[in-house]
Amino acid sequence: MYKNMGYYEICSKYKNFEWEQIFGAISEDDVEKAIASEDVGVKGFMALLSPAAQTLLEKAARRSHEITLRNFGRTIQLYTPMYLSNYCDNSCVYCGFNTNNKIERRALTLKEVREEAGSIASTGLKTILILTGESRQMSPISYIKDCVRVLKEYFSSISIEIYPLTETEYSLLVSTGVDGLTIYQEVYEEDIYNRMHPSGPKSSYRFRLDAPERGAESGMRSVNIGALFGLGGWRKEAFLLGLHAKYLQDKFHDTEIGVSIPRIRRQALYHVGTGQAGGFKAPYAVSDKNIVQIIVSLRLFLPRIGITVSTREDASFRESLVPLGVTKMSAGSTTRVGGRIVAREEREGAEQFEILDKRSVEEIKRMLESKDYQPVLKDWTCLR
Amino acid sequence: MEDILEICGKRLTNRLFVGTGKFSSFSLMKQALEAAETEVATVALRRVDTGSKTENILDYVPKGCIIMPNTSGARNADEAVRIARIARAGGAADWVKIEIIQDNKYLLPDNIETLKAAQILAKEGFKVFPYMSPDLSMARRLAEAGAAAVMPLGSPIGSNRGVKTRELVEIMVREIRIPVIVDAGLGKPSDACECMELGCAAVLVNTAIAIAQDPVGMARAFSDAVRAGRLAYLSGMPSASSSANASSPLTGFLRDI
Repeated sequence: MYKNMGYYEICSKYKNFEWEQIFGAISEDDVEKAIASEDVGVKGFMALLSPAAQTLLEKAARRSHEITLRNFGRTIQLYTPMYLSNYCDNSCVYCGFNTNNKIERRALTLKEVREEAGSIASTGLKTILILTGESRQMSPISYIKDCVRVLKEYFSSISIEIYPLTETEYSLLVSTGVDGLTIYQEVYEEDIYNRMHPSGPKSSYRFRLDAPERGAESGMRSVNIGALFGLGGWRKEAFLLGLHAKYLQDKFHDTEIGVSIPRIRRQALYHVGTGQAGGFKAPYAVSDKNIVQIIVSLRLFLPRIGITVSTREDASFRESLVPLGVTKMSAGSTTRVGGRIVAREEREGAEQFEILDKRSVEEIKRMLESKDYQPVLKDWTCLR
Repeated sequence: MEDILEICGKRLTNRLFVGTGKFSSFSLMKQALEAAETEVATVALRRVDTGSKTENILDYVPKGCIIMPNTSGARNADEAVRIARIARAGGAADWVKIEIIQDNKYLLPDNIETLKAAQILAKEGFKVFPYMSPDLSMARRLAEAGAAAVMPLGSPIGSNRGVKTRELVEIMVREIRIPVIVDAGLGKPSDACECMELGCAAVLVNTAIAIAQDPVGMARAFSDAVRAGRLAYLSGMPSASSSANASSPLTGFLRDI
């Protein structure tokens, strides 16, 4: 259907789509068919995301549970994010690291990287996701490579969530020992994207959209994409996210494709950058029920993809999501640079976003065990 | 008469191999392995953390059970070879299940890369058990390369669809000199029984046991089914017929036969 088209071209085909009309015309019968189907397809995926599917959510959820169980068993992979640097040249309106925010900027020294790695490794975790803001000057590739060399001593799988790179740069990191790439488009609707990312290198929609593909091409074992729900209409965003995942899965057979469904709260408790009251208000509401519908629709559409739920969601909601199709969760998270080693007073106010599930790795492990799920702390052995 | 599967210098009385992934806990996995009385358990090296101070999956494999590391996660021969070497350097026995998958959608194996890895690893003294799509020519090549057995899939991993590849597996059993062990896709004890009735040397089961409501009970059920199927095979299965054979419409005119 989309042979020889890049994802930008595919996305463009949906640009002038009458979304409300099309989703509105889907009947419960269409949804039933999609739930029963072995190969849901693009039309079925759309049906699962439609308003008509809301009354059939339990049925879809059961199917999602069953498919997930067959493919991944009673296991949930755990990982934790580690922020290396918060220097940033972008001014994304929802982000605490926005270059205009007056926060303390820092990049971990290699000694600090080692200290924080040791602290994380003592929890038993072997999988780590390293993050930076977008500053080629303050957190260049050479710096990330140096950090990876240190981290390899502690972890068996290292993923990056940094600014988009060229294929050659991704290859460099792969040869250093990085095996996974996480990069979210944040919002697929280009007009909203441009409003949310007014300046800095991130304002290039296209360079970011094609980044997962460059990563897969460079030999990353896993590529994880996502949309920040709340920035755009959730049905359309979930649809374009799922289609993107399918596009990558079809093109790169040997890459493990995953999706994340982070949600930005409509009413931020405080400004994540400055700690002051107020803060960014997401333009679109996304309810818990909507998130569940997104997860089960993605699972039925793409039975083999990984689905991640981060600590942006609160503890009880995360627990309820465990059997629904999720395969990966973060634990013991902090969104501050050096969050595990720097004194508390020093790091106040310098977080990228607000964390709602603040539980430790040990607590998350116990929660999973109580739900008859095996927490998986190691899922790869670095071969480089 | 005792029925023994002699393989790589070991004498096995139980022909059910069990995979260790997908269980809700290591202790439940251990109970299932014990209930199945399995003598060979496969373990994904990617999941083994020998440095772990708290939980190491290998500690939960019953004593006396052979641990066969698998190369799950390998996308090509080179990665599989490296994983096997890491496993051996880590003290595992030299049995290795080669699992090379370039297709993340269906998890179907890549036979060509599998052959390459088998050739290298067999030369290095590994006891090689390649997981493969059932193909007679490839099975012959793998046997020539020194594989200890071949492990054709019944249907895709985790699909629980049973022996969809029956015709091809039957041909392999008939033609291949080394043991044929059906791996993947067996969803019910009767699927495992069917493989054994066909004359397979053993079967490997993971998902159907691990995600059953009662994995321990299901492990026992699979073990019994494998024994029943094997006994049926050894006892000489009468051939089945789809209709009654009272008259002989084609040769009835030959009164004297």
